[in-house]
Amino acid sequence: MDEIAVLGVGMHPWGKWGRNFTEYGVAAARDALADAGVDYADVGFVSGAVTVRCGYPGYVAGSTFARALGFTGAQLASSYSACASGATALQVARGQILSGACDVALVVGADTTPKGFLAPNAGDRPDDIDWLRFHLVGATNPVYFGLHARRRMDLYGATTDDFAMVKVKNSRHGAHNPNARFTKEYGLDDVRNSPVVSDPLRLLDICATSDGGAAMVVSSMEWAHSHGHRDAVRVAGISTVSPTYPDPVIDLPYLAADSAADPSAPLVGFKESIGARAYDEAGLGPDDVDVAEVYDLSSAMELDWYEQLGFCGAGEAERLLRDGDTAVGGRLPVNPSGGLGAFGEAVPAQAIAQVCELTWQLRGAAGARQVDGARVGITVNQGLFGHGSSVIVRR
Amino acid sequence: MPAVEGLFTTDDGEPRLIGGRVPGTESYFFPKHLGGADPRVGPVELEEVPLSRRGRVWSYTTSHYPPPPPFVVTAEPYEPITIAAVELEREKMVVLGQCTAGVGPEDLEVGMEMELTIDTLYSDDDCDYLVWKWRPVAAGSEG
Repeated sequence: MDEIAVLGVGMHPWGKWGRNFTEYGVAAARDALADAGVDYADVGFVSGAVTVRCGYPGYVAGSTFARALGFTGAQLASSYSACASGATALQVARGQILSGACDVALVVGADTTPKGFLAPNAGDRPDDIDWLRFHLVGATNPVYFGLHARRRMDLYGATTDDFAMVKVKNSRHGAHNPNARFTKEYGLDDVRNSPVVSDPLRLLDICATSDGGAAMVVSSMEWAHSHGHRDAVRVAGISTVSPTYPDPVIDLPYLAADSAADPSAPLVGFKESIGARAYDEAGLGPDDVDVAEVYDLSSAMELDWYEQLGFCGAGEAERLLRDGDTAVGGRLPVNPSGGLGAFGEAVPAQAIAQVCELTWQLRGAAGARQVDGARVGITVNQGLFGHGSSVIVRR
Repeated sequence: MPAVEGLFTTDDGEPRLIGGRVPGTESYFFPKHLGGADPRVGPVELEEVPLSRRGRVWSYTTSHYPPPPPFVVTAEPYEPITIAAVELEREKMVVLGQCTAGVGPEDLEVGMEMELTIDTLYSDDDCDYLVWKWRPVAAGSEG
């Protein structure tokens, strides 16, 4: 797959600000444009990432951001793919650039989140699986995180302290990130003493919902070279694959997983397949990765990703964590930004924010959380309805 | 009455989830009309089949905070609900369900045999609204 250049990145700090999402997106976009040194008039395509929730006005994100920045006649699109929305918006922009439809694109995602559990829209919808799981079972998102964490304990002997150590590590990273919402450094006892939400996971194991905005200015390699960006970070692979039937692992928002009773059906792990596609596009593998931003919707989920991205074998993630391999200063730092544990989730911004962090890391501009000599980074995320994404950047 | 029609049956005196199956195969779906499809099979009318009543615990969790609507909280103060993911015996399909009252995480372990039962989800002045739930076979009555 041909590469595109990341000319600039920007973020509005995460928090619980309660303001219109447009404000965060515009602030992030202006930061990204300034970082890129690109004139907004040169942006030929604005690619917005969307969230869909409770009649929330983010349905038309591409247009909303573009109008707030000032309409220029640039082409527009809005992408929704749950937690992967930001990566899809980037992928749409890449398609526009590589097809020659534009030289420079602006990718923006921003969210304002309600308090408490994310829940489906009001009204009775017995044909909507996302409604059914809440109504019939009370299966909130953390219920699925709890199921996977318990399963990990049973399969691999993981402990609740292992999960807590992920939070402790990421909070240490996040303390150095001016865009993070939670910058307190937590100790093991803080996690152990926080209330249980979905057994075995505690409040500090589970990511909050946040407001925030993230943006990227991307261009063709030719445009980057001819405008002085000779050593820009490049996007080498983007994956937004769907699961492959049959997927026997239960995941949100479903009431049942696929049946694995048919012995002739090949079993392809969904979460493994997300990273595999990105590696394939980039022509790289796990051994090439210097730094990763993975979706720690729960602390336990971060450990799953070590294995699903091929950083270690099944059941070996706890060892990587305990040995300090995945802390900044270790062999393969994971979530140097502080991850979702330090940010909370701003759904349509989050996959873009992951790439922003890797861009800073690859430029050597990440300050006290810098991963020394990082040249290749990978993101991975996953959300509702079989959506997931992975982006590989290199320099 | 069922909280949502068409998802389970007690017709033969035994509670069963109603699934779909590609005729002549071992490809099952639940709920029948919302469970996806096998891409290797062309357009096909799924046949309605009762799913295994028993299975083994794949995992479990307890929700210590009340889920938001459309969940209906029945006890004040809220009593934590335990949810099991159970792999059905024949279908090798993991299905979520609440556990019956009194079953907590200390009563469960991965691999434990469970069976389906029909229980009240919530009630109003007119009737009880029913749903499937899981309970350990050892604790089951009629076995």
